[in-house]
Amino acid sequence: MRYSALSLLLNGLTGNRNWAPAWREPEPKSHYDVVIVGGGGHGLATAYYLAKVFGVRNVAVLEKGYLGSGNIGRNTTIIRSNYLLPGNNPFYELSMKLWEGLEQDFNFNAMVSQRGVLNLYHSDAQQDAYTRRGNAMRLHGVDAELLDREAVRAKLPFLDFDNARFPIQGGLLQRRGGTVRHDAVAWGYARGADSHGVDVIQHCEVTGIRREGGRAVGVETTRGFIGCNKLALAAAGHSSQVAAMAGLKLPLESHVLQAFVSEGLKPFIDCVVTFGAGHFYVSQSDKGGLVFGGDIDGYNSYAQRGNLATVEHVAEAGKAMIPALSRVRVLRSWGGVMDMSMDGSPIIDRVHLDNLYLNSGWCYGGFKATPASGYCFAHLIARDEPHETAREMRLDRFARGYLIDEKGQGAQPNLH
Amino acid sequence: MASRVPCPHCGLRPKEEFTIKGAALPRPAPDAGEAAWIEYVYLRENPRGAYDEFWHHTSGCRRWLVVSRNTLTHDVYGARDVALGGETQP
Ligand SMILES: Cc1cc2nc3c(=O)[nH]c(=O)nc-3n(C[C@H](O)[C@H](O)[C@H](O)COP(=O)(O)OP(=O)(O)OC[C@H]3O[C@@H](n4cnc5c(N)ncnc54)[C@H](O)[C@@H]3O)c2cc1C
Ligand SMILES: [Zn+2]
Repeated sequence: MRYSALSLLLNGLTGNRNWAPAWREPEPKSHYDVVIVGGGGHGLATAYYLAKVFGVRNVAVLEKGYLGSGNIGRNTTIIRSNYLLPGNNPFYELSMKLWEGLEQDFNFNAMVSQRGVLNLYHSDAQQDAYTRRGNAMRLHGVDAELLDREAVRAKLPFLDFDNARFPIQGGLLQRRGGTVRHDAVAWGYARGADSHGVDVIQHCEVTGIRREGGRAVGVETTRGFIGCNKLALAAAGHSSQVAAMAGLKLPLESHVLQAFVSEGLKPFIDCVVTFGAGHFYVSQSDKGGLVFGGDIDGYNSYAQRGNLATVEHVAEAGKAMIPALSRVRVLRSWGGVMDMSMDGSPIIDRVHLDNLYLNSGWCYGGFKATPASGYCFAHLIARDEPHETAREMRLDRFARGYLIDEKGQGAQPNLH
Repeated sequence: MASRVPCPHCGLRPKEEFTIKGAALPRPAPDAGEAAWIEYVYLRENPRGAYDEFWHHTSGCRRWLVVSRNTLTHDVYGARDVALGGETQP
């Protein structure tokens, strides 16, 4: 069923009793052309573009939990393409362009809101770094504006401009950045993939990868063996476990990142603001809650929950940036397990078996990448050639010394 | 995370006093070859369960420790001084 204003009206008039389910709940078939492990944003987007753009329709997405149970439903919904390095920037800009047309493309309201992303700076050195980043963005055809202190003040008068430790000097603004309702992205891609014939199979955990003569012939799952011609891994925080089933050791560590939402407030913050120096970022949801977070907890974890010390640190940093936050009550906090790579950048590649494809290493920034990741991964799987914007995201870049280290931290995932 | 780490020198201390380096891997010999060094620098088992990590007691004795803990349950099993040994349990 196509969603439209008319369908909304007609279904409303008939008491909303006639909506069809957004996707089927199929039994797994014994064999598919492509099996995708992991029904997060990236796995679902891959299936959608495989079926819709590349004509590969005999596809299954296997998800061990329910759709949206992983990071796709846990992130703080920020999208942006303000990357510095040539290996990253065109890819994230492709993602931004796909976001801009996504809702029409998959006929689902994902609440894409280009409300702007502002990164604050507090010193001359940081201003230079952001000027350089903004220039790199503009050279790639991406919008970027450097705001001075007064321009930031006009936009967000309640920031603590004269903070003793981190006085605000200005900020780098990407107006096309913003937020997207994260679980609607999972649902929209699942519905879109399903409508093109993809089987989205929930509660189906992959427990092993069956190999024959240098190829992956299928996966063992909690719902039996499922054969495939091509196997694609998109398990985000559990990439190391799934790859190990194929005998592959990855340049990844799994770390926990927490996020928070406050009680609903009147309209207060109309863009995304980041306070990198203090480890805090915030936006306001359409319901009025402040959605905010900080840095990763710093230790390897699969627990999907974080530590109180980080909660306190984020609260302190938030208050340092916006003193008015001291009176705001936090409603909920949660954690997600992320695949932190050794250079902070992702991997989209065909790996050591002929028909095994890997999508991982998204760190805490993979939500904004969802459309481009799905598109480029589908391109690679269907054509066995990397998409031009993802060709540096190779697994062997670590061994070859071609890292994409945006932050310049080296092989230390808890510092990215 | 269990929030206290049993430092062999300082006793049970809050984890905020420590700086976490990462996997406690043996350093290859200088001439171990490229493959061994690539593995050491970049590749990780990243286990879902028991794990040994280098932790520095930055705000305490400033010794390097190996902390054994569980990445799924956050239990801390014990800690020992990298150079001196002497495992202590919580
Ligand atoms: C708190 C937090 C805030 C974040 N904020 C942002 C942000 O503002 N902007 C941004 O760009 N990014 C953000 N991120 C990062 C982003 O959410 C992730 O990089 C991205 O969602 C990862 O891709 P995914 O959606 O496919 O992952 P997931 O949704 O985690 O999908 C992976 C799926 O694989 C499944 N799986 C794992 N193992 C198996 C198995 N053996 N068999 C079957 N299925 C399996 C899991 O159940 C899971 O559903 C944030 C992350 C967190 C945790
Ligand atoms: Zn000590």
